[in-house]
Amino acid sequence: MELMATIRIALRAIARNKLRSCLTSLGIIIGVGAVIAMVALGQGAQHQVQQQIAAMGSNVLFVGSGTMNRGGVRLGWGNTKTLVYDDVAAIRRECPAVSMVAAGTGTSAQIVFGNDNWYTRITGTEPEYLDIRAWPLDEGTNFTQDDVQTAANVAVIGDTVRKNLFPAADPVGQTVRINSLPFRVIGVLSVKGSSVAMGNDQDDVILMPYTTVQKKMNGTQWLAYAMVSAQSKEASFAAQGQIEGVLRDRHRIRQPQDDDFFVRNMADVADLYDQQTTVMTLLLASIASVSLIVGGIGIMNIMLVSVTERTREIGIRMAIGATEDDVQRQFLTEAVVLSVMGGAIGIVSGLALSFLIPRVLGWPVSISTTAILIAVLFSIAVGVFFGYYPARKAARLNPIEALRYE
Amino acid sequence: MATMTSTPPVAFSEKETAVPIRVEDVHKYYELGDTRVHALRGISVEIAHGEFVAVMGASGSGKSTFMNILGCLDGPSSGKYLLEGTDVSLLNKRELAAIRNRKIGFVFQGFNLLSRTTALENAELPAIYARISEQERISRAKEALAMVGLADRAEHFPSQLSGGQQQRVAIARALVNRPAILLADEPTGNLDSRTSVEVMEIFQKLNEERGLTIVLVTHEHDIAQFAKRSIVFRDGKIRKDEAIVNRQLASEVLRTLPALED
Ligand SMILES: Nc1ncnc2c1ncn2[C@@H]1O[C@H](COP(=O)(O)OP(=O)(O)O)[C@@H](O)[C@H]1O
Ligand SMILES: [Mg+2]
Repeated sequence: MELMATIRIALRAIARNKLRSCLTSLGIIIGVGAVIAMVALGQGAQHQVQQQIAAMGSNVLFVGSGTMNRGGVRLGWGNTKTLVYDDVAAIRRECPAVSMVAAGTGTSAQIVFGNDNWYTRITGTEPEYLDIRAWPLDEGTNFTQDDVQTAANVAVIGDTVRKNLFPAADPVGQTVRINSLPFRVIGVLSVKGSSVAMGNDQDDVILMPYTTVQKKMNGTQWLAYAMVSAQSKEASFAAQGQIEGVLRDRHRIRQPQDDDFFVRNMADVADLYDQQTTVMTLLLASIASVSLIVGGIGIMNIMLVSVTERTREIGIRMAIGATEDDVQRQFLTEAVVLSVMGGAIGIVSGLALSFLIPRVLGWPVSISTTAILIAVLFSIAVGVFFGYYPARKAARLNPIEALRYE
Repeated sequence: MATMTSTPPVAFSEKETAVPIRVEDVHKYYELGDTRVHALRGISVEIAHGEFVAVMGASGSGKSTFMNILGCLDGPSSGKYLLEGTDVSLLNKRELAAIRNRKIGFVFQGFNLLSRTTALENAELPAIYARISEQERISRAKEALAMVGLADRAEHFPSQLSGGQQQRVAIARALVNRPAILLADEPTGNLDSRTSVEVMEIFQKLNEERGLTIVLVTHEHDIAQFAKRSIVFRDGKIRKDEAIVNRQLASEVLRTLPALED
């Protein structure tokens, strides 16, 4: 029996029971639709992370004090008291691949302005910090190296802090109190938004000279980290090597010893998040594909019912010369046509969903043609796999018994 | 897709002269739990080219069992069935399907048409399994429908046709692949007497004009009179095998019957 005739017979059998066919295909429709939408969602997240990392500067390096891994135990960073400003100065001086360095130390404190107060992160750093992070000011000015020298009580505030402490007033020139010390607000940062790589709300921050934080708040000589920018993206790996060399030298660390610092390259961070979002995408897709399998079982179920209902038809076809192969092909085609129709509708609904998600939920999506292709192949495979047994069952019927079936 | 046209399962052409049907000491048992039903107890018969045989006998005497074996729908428990000289027991399922498809036309008591499928498509069906091109299929199916007088009902569904018309569609279907043998198991069993005679008229015409070998089961004596030879079954054995002496012509009988609205 030629393919067109087989497909026509299958389509007619499917059209005979429209509602049932639709309900049968529903599992595949939902499965394919869900796979496409979920993969679009996962890839959307991936692209967003990549963009954020790119926006942060792919030539940025982060030097943290302490270690992520000591003696097999994972430690938090910033808890060893070994990174000092001389290290930062040495990096600035001795690493040719490095273009800018800014010391960094942090704390958290209550900021008071008038009757309002706000608890936020304080980043003590150097003026280059904003250049390294490519973070412009909205208003006012940055603090200067002079302010660092004198440990001046000046602050540059993030947008979230401004919103909470200065809902109406112009913050520049105002005085806020931090740990009951007066600080002059000299600048307001532009909105940075949230970033997976740099913590949730990057705008919930106050910047000031690191010396001010060391002397007037923490009372320490230590730094938690240094922000570095390499000469270029390509130079960032060279910069990493140079920084590691300089710090090991200064901290007298020999080979078998663990470093008391770590250098994180944004290219590494990008890879890390890439891996994480890929895992998330695969997870979403595999959950969605469970419904494809459930859909396949639905098809198998209906095909089995259909074989029983049409026992007599099968008997007639065999009596007039259909071979087992003919009968098997007929029912297999029917199952595949059902699943492929479901797949086609599933693609449309998956695309519709991918179109709606960013508009309704505000989540980014990125439609993947590979996912669509795989979904189509998968739905054909589901039809063949779950249609095979019922088709086999039909083909194995004894023609005389099938003809006698009421 | 495997096509069967390229390799005929049996070299029929060499056996043109072979006897269409030769049955030698055929037995058939059915196992029903502990009991064994002995449906055929040693049937031997030969049916020559162009014969028109009526198989008669009481219900349960083994007529349908015999016909199913002739039609290659079932095999004998013992004994031999030679179809045009070929021992059918040596053929595989695929070859048997090809014989049902091309060598034999089968007509059932209950018509066995596909519902929600037009008369034309029903008649076309065996040609689909014979891998005949669509164009050729349709022209053959139309021709077959015309032969049974249903040219104008091609697009009707079985539910829109009378019993006699449905049986004629079934006959057209049996003819579409131009078989040499037509087997009919109580084809008039569900029909009133006038319609029955109309069906017999078609059979006689096919037998006379096309030389089709026909084996027909009936328990009605009147119907058997349209055949040329009668074989009577009793308890799985042949009781009587004789020529019909007072052969009736259906076309003449029809003239004597009152016409009905069709
Ligand atoms: N599939 C079967 N299983 C068991 N017994 C059967 C089967 N088919 C027929 N028989 C038995 O075989 C005998 C002959 O049946 P059948 O050939 O149908 O007779 P007829 O057609 O002459 O009425 C009956 O006793 C019937 O009950
Ligand atoms: Mg019978």
